[in-house]
Amino acid sequence: MSQDPHSTIDEASGTSTTGHEWDGIKELNTPLPLWWLYTFYACIAFSVLYWIAYPAWPLIGGYTHGLLGWNSRTAVVGDLKNLQTLRGPMNAKIAKASLKTIENTPELLAFARAEGAAAFAQNCAPCHGAGAQGSYGYPNLNANRWIWGGTLDEIHTTIEHGARWTADPDTHMMMMPAFGHDGILKPEQISEVADYVRTLSGNKPSPGADLAKGAKLFADNCSACHGPNGKGNIQIGAPNLTTKVWLYGPTKADIMHRVEVGGGGTMPAWHGRLDEPTIKALTVFVHSLGGGQ
Amino acid sequence: MNARDIRGTRRVATVAAVDNSLYAAAPKIYPQSVHGTFRRIKWALLVVTLGIYYFLPFLRFDRGPNEPDQAVLVDLAHRRFYFFFIEIWPQEVYYFTGLLILAALILFLMNAVAGRVWCGYLCPQTVWTDLFRAVERLIEGDRRERIHNDALPLTAERLARKALKHFVWLMIAWWTGGAWVLYFADAPTLVRELATFQAPAIAYISIGILTFTTYALAGHMREQVCIYMCPWPRIQAALTDENALNVTYRYDRGEPRTSLKKAEVLRATGGRAGDCVDCGQCAAVCPMGVDIRRGAGLDCIQCGLCIDACDTVMNKIGRPPRLIAYDTDVNIKRRLAGLGNVYRLLRTRTVLYTVLIAVIGAIMLTSLATRNNLGVAVMHDRNPLYLQLADGSIRNAYMVRILNHTTATSSYVLKVKPFTPANVTAIGTGKSKDGWPKVEIGPDQTYELRVLVTLPASASSVASRDITFQIINKTSSQIATARDHFLTR
Repeated sequence: MSQDPHSTIDEASGTSTTGHEWDGIKELNTPLPLWWLYTFYACIAFSVLYWIAYPAWPLIGGYTHGLLGWNSRTAVVGDLKNLQTLRGPMNAKIAKASLKTIENTPELLAFARAEGAAAFAQNCAPCHGAGAQGSYGYPNLNANRWIWGGTLDEIHTTIEHGARWTADPDTHMMMMPAFGHDGILKPEQISEVADYVRTLSGNKPSPGADLAKGAKLFADNCSACHGPNGKGNIQIGAPNLTTKVWLYGPTKADIMHRVEVGGGGTMPAWHGRLDEPTIKALTVFVHSLGGGQ
Repeated sequence: MNARDIRGTRRVATVAAVDNSLYAAAPKIYPQSVHGTFRRIKWALLVVTLGIYYFLPFLRFDRGPNEPDQAVLVDLAHRRFYFFFIEIWPQEVYYFTGLLILAALILFLMNAVAGRVWCGYLCPQTVWTDLFRAVERLIEGDRRERIHNDALPLTAERLARKALKHFVWLMIAWWTGGAWVLYFADAPTLVRELATFQAPAIAYISIGILTFTTYALAGHMREQVCIYMCPWPRIQAALTDENALNVTYRYDRGEPRTSLKKAEVLRATGGRAGDCVDCGQCAAVCPMGVDIRRGAGLDCIQCGLCIDACDTVMNKIGRPPRLIAYDTDVNIKRRLAGLGNVYRLLRTRTVLYTVLIAVIGAIMLTSLATRNNLGVAVMHDRNPLYLQLADGSIRNAYMVRILNHTTATSSYVLKVKPFTPANVTAIGTGKSKDGWPKVEIGPDQTYELRVLVTLPASASSVASRDITFQIINKTSSQIATARDHFLTR
């Protein structure tokens, strides 16, 4: 360090000053140890080496790649591979065992539930919710009411092939007709049938509702799919209308709208996106949420 | 002012020596060897502390089958910490929090009673530096010899001595790093693996890092660690008071300092002469390069070596010892005012620290002694908080984690009060005779159980009710409970 020409000796302390002065106040020179300075230089040298060795500088059409060729993408791929190897032995067991066996073997169940929970959070939670609680139009998977069936095999089929997912030939295809849009029922008929449907799950009909008319309309138009008592049919994905759990809401307006437009939710087929052990783990996880049959 | 003048502080001397540069080269300190009470205490503590550190991993402690028999073991792979009869699981890390709080309070108490005794006697930096200096003294000679030789050009013989010194330092540093990794695995096995190059890479890397830090900190940085890197001197300054026993130059007795002959003349003629003969021994032996006669300072670690040096001189000149001693600011002022010494050991802060240490220690001991080797933790599903089923009944789901701390497989029954077995189901379990869920858990394992509690629709009249989970070990009939809530709205 060169000597500062403005440096003076402070009379009170006998210590030299740095030569900096503000409004007559001078800064005492309390020197840092030299190794401190060298450590600082070493850090600068390190950062320069780091720029050269690792991806660092953004350029107009890209970035400097660094001499070591390190890249976060390949690091993630490597990590995933490691994870696969790590899970390999257990996944092999899962792949071999039947769904029932997995659920009855504590060791396999614990693994499948953990792996299923992780896969669920990543793939299913956007629609079915983080707790599988569902929402308007997306089934609640904790409840014991299933559109396409709640046994282990039925859940497995639904995950594998999806619902109304036209890219998969084995997907669940049936759909409710749009009774209103397609002119099958008149608006007042839709109102009457909605009144009747609400009573199926124990709700009180709106005052002045003609339930006999509604029941007749239901028998003529809906019972083919939903069954004469409205118990539904999981073979064709016709929901059970007698429960307290409603996919599209329990109010009269909700039901009228559904009769008007028909249709139903779509779920992608996960076969091909997820490997078989993961689909099995997901099946067991969903089944063990509490609603499984 | 001369750079070697012991009366000048080190830092002022440095400024003068290197032309007011903003950065100062560290002045080399050559502490003189010394004999006396405090030196003996320091040697004893050095042997005890380093002995514990280097050899503790080899101590065995029988915990029974399937359990490690190393007395102190940090088993990161299985997430267990073993300390003799105590076994700590990851969810019990609060014991470490308690230990850290205790350590801080004990440090505060030590400081309130006798200043920085931690720094002077027990701090690892002090202990290892002391050991390294002893090696240096053994190989390169004492203060005078080293100052003299370092001023001369290097000869082959002295180069060889220096090389030997660094070699011994590195060996100590290497063994320091080696002992460190032994706390994380079975020591005899790891030693064998290390010797045959079959140990995991992390072991070699850890040894390398600790070898380097020990060699650098104890061999080269020494007192600079205390002055520039350690936060304790700064904190300590705010925690001390005038009643704390600090290594103190009793200037009331020592001043005015004169030479031995002048003092005799002065005393004979009825004049005033202090006991300090300005021999500079206190500064010569100081490992921090401090002159204690300038008063307490950030760089004094209060190791008491200056006391030993001064006592030796006082003995020789026939004056009473302890011109430098553990003393308080209060007493110096009292003696100057003609009053007697008082030592107030019982003060608000010492009593407070002692009480706090006792309370926290008692809490930790009680919790350790009454600790169940069966544990249960319950977590209510947050999403959804409650659920309406097809028939309108209400269901809550819980994650019940059962911990089997024992060394045997046991079977456990879960009871949920005030509900009946009909309300409760658990995923993937068997049932006990009276219908409650039953699970078997292996030794030293935890098991996560998804428990569903269902009440009929009529239950929704009460928004929330208390619920108690009871885990019963069928073999030992030990019971662990956890409480939670059942929500219906």
